[in-house]
Amino acid sequence: MNSNLAFDFLVDKENNTLTVRREFAASRQLVWDCYTKSELLDQWFAPTPLTAKTKSMQFRTGGHWHYAMVEPDGREYWGWMGYLTIQPIDFYTSTDAFCNEAGEINTELPCANWLVTFTDKGAHAVVETVVTYASLTDLETTLNMGMEAGMKSIFVRLDELLNKFQP
Amino acid sequence: MRRDIFQAIADPTRRAIIALIAVQAMTPNALAAHFDSSRQAISKHLQILTECEVLSQQHQGREIYYQLEIDKMKEIDQWLAQFRKIWEQRFNQLDHLLSTLKANQQ
Repeated sequence: MNSNLAFDFLVDKENNTLTVRREFAASRQLVWDCYTKSELLDQWFAPTPLTAKTKSMQFRTGGHWHYAMVEPDGREYWGWMGYLTIQPIDFYTSTDAFCNEAGEINTELPCANWLVTFTDKGAHAVVETVVTYASLTDLETTLNMGMEAGMKSIFVRLDELLNKFQP
Repeated sequence: MRRDIFQAIADPTRRAIIALIAVQAMTPNALAAHFDSSRQAISKHLQILTECEVLSQQHQGREIYYQLEIDKMKEIDQWLAQFRKIWEQRFNQLDHLLSTLKANQQ
């Protein structure tokens, strides 16, 4: 990570929120585009070694982003981001849920509300993402069981690490 | 053999057990119903989790309920740093994308 760029990651177990704040060395408009255009989202949203691919996206109130996180072996985890309110280039709110390839929401897994705010910091931009879960259990479940597919790869890496340290 | 929080969460079945018990205390039978593994295999995992002090036993009549030791789970907060890494990776990729886009604009 670029150590010159501010990064905060806060888990608030009392309010069931996760707050992620990050500075970017680019204009607010450009960063906004990267968050709101599927061809750009596909290039960064999936944590390594996964890749993101968009099935459909309409970035407007009531619209959605239907995407998959794809593992190197081809396994896919489908996600659905539903857009609630949009105020370019200040903020948007959305609901983040798990779904299948057909776009049917999985109601057994936790869904979360996102508030994503974009502000200027000199020539840079700062994006604050506040992820709110319905309950502490949902937050714990997501943290324990996997936030999108990314957690899975972290678990795998943790397993590798633990194996290395074990006699 | 090591008995600590990381040993506890090193196995996928044990992680699933922790997530289930985080919601409510459960008996071994109720837990086993969630898994394809044998009852013996689940008992072994419960034993390890108890030795790791992640779970404790509570006797209610003839039943034994397993409950989560919240304080022990707090050690996992350090492990949250791993979770933070996901976002870091994402943002590093976004940094790259932004510098590419900026270069193309010029």
